[in-house]
Amino acid sequence: MTTAADKPLIQISDVTIRYGSQVAVCDVSLEIPANKITGLIGPSGCGKSSLLSAINRMTDMNPECKVSGSIQFADQEILNGKVDLISLRKRIGMIFQRPNPFPVSIRRNIELPLREHGCRDRQKLAAKVEEVCRITGLWEEVKDRLNASALGLSGGQQQRLCIARALALEPEVILLDEPCSALDPIASGVVEDLVSSLKSKATIVLVSHDIAQARRIADQIAVFWYEDRAGRLVEVCKDKEQFENTTHPITRCFIDGTRC
Amino acid sequence: MSFKSLPASRSPLEISALIAFWLIAITVSGLFVWLVGDVVVHGLSGVSWEFLTSSPSNFGTAGGIYPMIVSTLLILVIAIVVAVPLSIASALYLSEFARGSWSSILIERGLIILAAVPSVVFGLFGFALFCDMLGMGYSILSGGLTLACMILPIMIRALQAGLESVPDDYRRAAAALAMSKTRTVVSILLPSAAPGLVVGLVLGIGRVLAETAALLFTSGSVDRTPESMFDSGRSLSIHIYELAMNVAGGEANAYSTAVVLLLLLLVINSIAIAIADKLLKRKVKIV
Repeated sequence: MTTAADKPLIQISDVTIRYGSQVAVCDVSLEIPANKITGLIGPSGCGKSSLLSAINRMTDMNPECKVSGSIQFADQEILNGKVDLISLRKRIGMIFQRPNPFPVSIRRNIELPLREHGCRDRQKLAAKVEEVCRITGLWEEVKDRLNASALGLSGGQQQRLCIARALALEPEVILLDEPCSALDPIASGVVEDLVSSLKSKATIVLVSHDIAQARRIADQIAVFWYEDRAGRLVEVCKDKEQFENTTHPITRCFIDGTRC
Repeated sequence: MSFKSLPASRSPLEISALIAFWLIAITVSGLFVWLVGDVVVHGLSGVSWEFLTSSPSNFGTAGGIYPMIVSTLLILVIAIVVAVPLSIASALYLSEFARGSWSSILIERGLIILAAVPSVVFGLFGFALFCDMLGMGYSILSGGLTLACMILPIMIRALQAGLESVPDDYRRAAAALAMSKTRTVVSILLPSAAPGLVVGLVLGIGRVLAETAALLFTSGSVDRTPESMFDSGRSLSIHIYELAMNVAGGEANAYSTAVVLLLLLLVINSIAIAIADKLLKRKVKIV
């Protein structure tokens, strides 16, 4: 018997993603529980990022890309044409590998999406900017230069600004596509701590090829591998213990850092 | 350490290449200096406040060029006011909304051909469409509209190049933040493509100010001050052509008019760049 409490927030069933004739992800089924961090790990090119971007339908931006199967988000099928992408992406935010703040001021980076969704009140906007900057630990660093260009921030600050910007919309899910891979180790650590603190606010899906990082912050780990010319999900470890004690040969290689 | 202090072991090939490049550079800039110098030397003495503010007399060999300045500016305003929104809309359609579709490929091919069409042909087209079919006759309006058609392809291309230089990261970020396409275009893409718009504007203004052939067919060559857009009027470039080719003893004033045209080009381009910069850089802050 499943109760509402342990029902997964996102249910991915038999999802296959193709780019033209090439299969990127083959037949993946995965349950993503609410308010937990799910880490997707695996080598480059095994379809982790493709699967991640299917969850908020960013895959639509590539006309070559075809997604089949089913993804249920809060009991709603998101892979059919009827879904309103604007409201879907408002509920499911995304952070990219390379920090991508807009070439406008720090303040405007956060205000733009808010204004887009109907928040025009200056005081509310200012309060929201401060709130999300505090959550991301940016406030002390940027409070005196909110009107300066966001491109003047360091890489780590830019990435935290992108997270702040996404948080401003109060998403239920945040998808992170290797958010630390373009950052130096210190900035990477700061972002990592931030991500693990966010799970009280939202469900996190994190793509990483840094196993150590996934180990540190993920609650559930899904291991992907490239087999038979397609990315496949080879094992889902529901908790850390299962991950550390796994007997699956591929996961074992990952943990031990050996080659298969 | 400066680049000049690099070791000076140069092969004969390198030295001859160096000489060749210098020769090319000197030739190109020499031509430009000669052209401008010739115009300025012959024409500057004739430019005075009175020359700018009085009407021509004796077929233009005496008097000033006030009516032509007014006509030229009116034609320019009409052409730019019509061409800017159209080119922005077209470039956005081609680059952002229909990229890669068969319709955009068709339109782009068409634009390349249009850009290469001689201005006389545009003049004939403008005459047939605006003067004749739409009944505007020889008028500033017909001339301005014809030139708007003529500069559209260049302006669209320049703006498209601007849009294509905007990183896809911004488009993805905006989509992931659930921003609508319209908002993305207005708030992010257009301001980021501002340099392209400025290039298009400068090229367009240059072509409008320099155009002669197309205007002979459409705005006519009456040297009175136009009272409205529906009046015929003579542009500065046509005035130069008339004085140089059809009026005996018109060379002096033709040179002076050319000086004014060059100055006008310089001033208007600087103003256009300043305005575009101010309008668009206010939104986008590039470090």
